[in-house]
Amino acid sequence: MLLDQILIQTVNGIVTGMILALVASGLTLIFGIMDVVNFAHGELFMLGAYVGVITIVASGSFWLALVVATLVIALLGAVIQITTLRPLLGRDPLTTILATFGLSLVLQNYALWQFGPVARKIPEPFTGHFTLFYLDYPWYRLAIAGLSAAIIGALWLFLKFGTYGIWIRATTQDRVMAAAMGIPVPWVHTAVFAIGAGMAAASGVLFGPLVGVNHAMGLDWVLKAFIVVVVGGMGNLGGSIAASIFISLLEAYASLWVSPAQAVIVSFVALILTLLFRPTGLFVPTPK
Amino acid sequence: MSRHSPVAFWTGFTLVLVLLIVAPLVLPEFWRRFVTEILIWGLLAMSSDILIGYTGMVSFGHSAFFGLGMYGAAAALLSVKPPSLWLAIVYGLVAAAGVAVFVAYFSTRLRDIYFSITTLIFSQIFYVIIFTWTEVTGGENGLSFRRPVLAIPGLFSMPFDSNTLHWFVLAVVTVSYLVLRRITQSPFGMVLQSIRENEPRTRAVGYAVEQYKIVAVMLSGLFAGLAGVLYAVHNRFAAPDYVFFLISGEVVIFNVMGGIGTLVGPLVGAAFFLLLREGFSRFFTEFYLIPVGVIFTAMVIFMPQGLLGFLRRRLNE
Repeated sequence: MLLDQILIQTVNGIVTGMILALVASGLTLIFGIMDVVNFAHGELFMLGAYVGVITIVASGSFWLALVVATLVIALLGAVIQITTLRPLLGRDPLTTILATFGLSLVLQNYALWQFGPVARKIPEPFTGHFTLFYLDYPWYRLAIAGLSAAIIGALWLFLKFGTYGIWIRATTQDRVMAAAMGIPVPWVHTAVFAIGAGMAAASGVLFGPLVGVNHAMGLDWVLKAFIVVVVGGMGNLGGSIAASIFISLLEAYASLWVSPAQAVIVSFVALILTLLFRPTGLFVPTPK
Repeated sequence: MSRHSPVAFWTGFTLVLVLLIVAPLVLPEFWRRFVTEILIWGLLAMSSDILIGYTGMVSFGHSAFFGLGMYGAAAALLSVKPPSLWLAIVYGLVAAAGVAVFVAYFSTRLRDIYFSITTLIFSQIFYVIIFTWTEVTGGENGLSFRRPVLAIPGLFSMPFDSNTLHWFVLAVVTVSYLVLRRITQSPFGMVLQSIRENEPRTRAVGYAVEQYKIVAVMLSGLFAGLAGVLYAVHNRFAAPDYVFFLISGEVVIFNVMGGIGTLVGPLVGAAFFLLLREGFSRFFTEFYLIPVGVIFTAMVIFMPQGLLGFLRRRLNE
């Protein structure tokens, strides 16, 4: 019986881990390239879910909603980057935390004002189940994990082989040199922020059917994504994915014994231990 | 370093102090409470200025110290009969200090944003513990209690009214300000500022940077805990909302709005923020954070020195 539960929680942990990886890879991409700690990332996740809700109500199609939400929030991300983060370029990275924290307050309260405190629901695009031990496990959850993996994989391929992906990596390595080679660095930053925002929005829509969509949903996620990004090593895409799954599995197992609210503490403890013994992240070889 | 005469500073200080002393006598009840609240939040903001402004470590976890101060005071007021104000302060400070030791030990190993994130996570740990440990902390509902009397055993005893409470808070905040100011000007404070300016060099000169940082976090946590005790006494409750990291965020906002590294600035920032909140909630009701957030973000971009940044030199002499 316990073994069954552990296996079910393993599946659950991997599914939430993949969503978390999608959120965190946007966060770590933005950090790695722009030195910006995006406090408003959870709000982009939440607004993505809301755009999804609106599109589904209007069109009835989940997949259209996924695309529309990604594009709309990516555009919003570009606007945010141009208006608030571009003037901060070259200043202390801490100022970007402050600016994005201000933004997160604005966006969160805007959502509360616009959509009210009642949680909205995104219907699952398909409702099939299969039997996992004694549970009817929805296929949709597995589909989320697969889709998240696909999006992250596409991002990786883009960064590795796409022309613009190479621009992005060049900007990460040496901003000044990249500018000297003719890469429009400010626009690379805008594009990266837009990509990160779009990924957050996509994960918001994908995760919407599992929980209600409300204005405060971003808060939990941004905290978890911070933990993941620190545990995985800031700016390290592979590390964030591994850390997302690791943290989500830990929480899933912990919630076998304690309430989910308390299971969060396990990931906090994981963070503290990481900081004590491997301050640059679990998956980074040695500090510079 | 140009030296201005300290006379100007002390004249200004006395003037503001006198204004704050007479404030409750002339203000209506609502604004009287408002000024007292500003002083309490101002003390919290000042305590975090030691880290943000003087040591260069942006703490996003001050709600933990503040909240534990509140719950410490609540423990004293609920468990000891008759409730004693001084015991509440002692309990609150001990609770805040306990948390501060813990947070300081771990978080000072990290720098910059990592420090910020770690302090943020720590405050969330304490939030989750307080929120879920319902039997002891009252969980979501928090704890409410009666206000203790202002008494010195054997000398006098009188119940607080809103005037005496204001003066008591004012006295605590003023003394705290003077102590903090003295600390920032002491050799210890100079080392903190040198860590802010150039950490590797400070270490190279021979200072044990880590120990200085730990002491700085603890000091800051103690004063934040004191603010928590005052808030608990003022409002007669302790609630988990005050441990939530949004409070820490507000403290950072106070600092940035008022001007970091000035001690007075954060207090002014708290006043400015609370006034903005009061003004905007007339039009925006509970959505006042939309305009306030916009103003804050604009200030980060266009006015990084804050309202009192131009006075920074003078206030530190």
